[in-house]
Amino acid sequence: MRETACYDPRMADAAWMPTRASAVPARTDTPRHTALVRVTHWITTLCFFALLVSGIEIVISHPRFYWGETGNIFTPALFELPIPSSRSSVPTGYGYVLPDQNGWSRYLHFQAAWVVVLTGLLYAVSGVFTGHFRKTLLPATGDLSWRAVSSVIANHLRFKSGGEAEAWTYNVLQRLTYLLVIFVLFPLVIWTGLAMSPAVASAFPFAVTAFGGQQSARTVHFFVSVFLVLFFLVHVVMVYRAGFRSRMRAMIAGRPYKEHG
Amino acid sequence: MSNLSRRTLITTGLAAAAGASGLAVAAKLAQRYGLIPPDHGGVWGAGETLTYAFQRMLTRHSLAREFPRSQISKTPFANEVAPLGEEFKHLQAGAFAEWRLAVDGMVTRPASFSLAELKSYPSRSQITHLACEEGWSFIAEWTGVPLLHVLNLVGVLPQARYVVYFSFQRDWWDSIDMADALHPQTLVTYAMNGGELPVGHGGPLRLRVPRQLGYKNVKYITRLTVTDSLKRFGQGLGSASPEGGYAWYAGI
Repeated sequence: MRETACYDPRMADAAWMPTRASAVPARTDTPRHTALVRVTHWITTLCFFALLVSGIEIVISHPRFYWGETGNIFTPALFELPIPSSRSSVPTGYGYVLPDQNGWSRYLHFQAAWVVVLTGLLYAVSGVFTGHFRKTLLPATGDLSWRAVSSVIANHLRFKSGGEAEAWTYNVLQRLTYLLVIFVLFPLVIWTGLAMSPAVASAFPFAVTAFGGQQSARTVHFFVSVFLVLFFLVHVVMVYRAGFRSRMRAMIAGRPYKEHG
Repeated sequence: MSNLSRRTLITTGLAAAAGASGLAVAAKLAQRYGLIPPDHGGVWGAGETLTYAFQRMLTRHSLAREFPRSQISKTPFANEVAPLGEEFKHLQAGAFAEWRLAVDGMVTRPASFSLAELKSYPSRSQITHLACEEGWSFIAEWTGVPLLHVLNLVGVLPQARYVVYFSFQRDWWDSIDMADALHPQTLVTYAMNGGELPVGHGGPLRLRVPRQLGYKNVKYITRLTVTDSLKRFGQGLGSASPEGGYAWYAGI
C-alpha cells in the first residue's frame, strides 16, 4: 500500500518522522495506541483468560495426548500431564476424581473463541488498511541485521531499559514477537481448534490431514496454547519492567504520561 | 471530551441502528432456515447459536471422513454407563430378539421394528471416527440401516424439523435436526467391526451421527419421535445434555 492511500491529516506536520521510527518521535498528538488497538487488546485479554480457564478444565477430563488420528486410554500416549482427572476412567495415579466441569467449559470456550476471532478479524483488517502492521510492527530492514538484533538482546540480558524511545515505539524483538503471535500462533490455535471439530473435518478434511489427524491437531493446539501462555507471562513481566503505570496508561488512555504537548 | 463532535455522535448512532436492524434481520433469517439451536437462551446462547448456524450452513451435505480398513483402532474404548438393570439383562439373555424400535410423532405410518426387521433392510457399513468431547477417540467400522431408510418407511410429514431419540436408559435422550436425520451416514447401528454391536458400545442399537461428538451417539435406542418442535420434550432444550450443562449441538 502506498503512503498516499492512507493519508492522515494529523500526520501532515509530523512528516519529517521516519515511518519505521526507531528514533524518538517528539511529543505528538497521535496517541501511542489507537482506540481500536486498545479496545481489541482488552477484549482479547478477557477472552484469553476465558479460553485458558475453560481449556484447562477440558484438558483435565483427558490429560493424555496422542499423535495421529486416534488415541484413548488403551493406546500409548505421546505424553501425559501429571495431574488428576475429572474422569474415573483415566489412569492418573491419583486416588481421587475431580468434578466434571466440561459442560460450561465447552460453552465458554467456544463463546470466547467467537468473540476473540471476530475481534481479531476487526484488528487484522483495520491493521492492514490503516498501515498499523506496516508502521508499528514491521521491523525496518536495518533493524533486522544480526548486529542490531543482538544489541537489543544484549540490552535485555543486562536489564538495560530502552529508555524514553521505547515508550513510543517497539524495538525489533517486540516487533518480531508480536508478529509471531498475531500471524503464526493465533491462526494456528484457531486452525487446530477447528480441526478437532468432527463437522468441520467433514467439510474441510484437509484442515485435519494437514496435521496428520485429529489427535495431532489436539496436541498441536495444546502446545500453541502453552506458547501463548509463555508469551503472556513474558509480556506482563516486560510491561512491569518497562514501567507498569506508563505502559498501562498507554494501553488504556492512549498516552504513556498524563501531560502531553 | 472535545473530540465527541456532533458528526461522531450521528455516525455512531447510525452505525448502532444499522447494527441492531442487521441483527434483527439475521435472527429472522436464521429462524426461517432452522439455524437457531434449542439451547439458544441464557448466557451461552450467542456462541452456541453462532457455532450451530455457521456449522449447519457449511456442513449441510458434507460427508464425515471414511477411513481404510487398516485405520480401524485395535483398542476401541467406551465410557461406562450406569447399570442397565434386570429388564435389560432379560432382553440380553434372549439375544435381544424382543428389542423394539418404535417410530412415532409426525409420521404417516407409526411403526415398531424388531432387530431382525431392521437387519433385513438395506444396510450401510462405514469406517468412521468417534470422538468424545473429553478428547479421546477411536475408529471403527459401523454397520446399520440408514435412519433415512427407516424414516422413509414410516413417511415423514413435511413440517418435521427434528428427530428425537430415546434410550433404554430413561434419563438419556437427544435430538438431531433433519439435516443430520436425513444424512446418508446417520445409521441405526447394530454391528461394529463385523460383529454384533457390543453392549459397552451401545448394543443392540445405537444411533451413529458421525459428524457430531460421542455423546450425541445415544446407546440402546428404543424410540424415535419425529417432531416440528422440541418444546414439549423435557425442559424444551432439545436433549438431556443441556439439562446437564452440555451443548445440544455437538459438531465441535
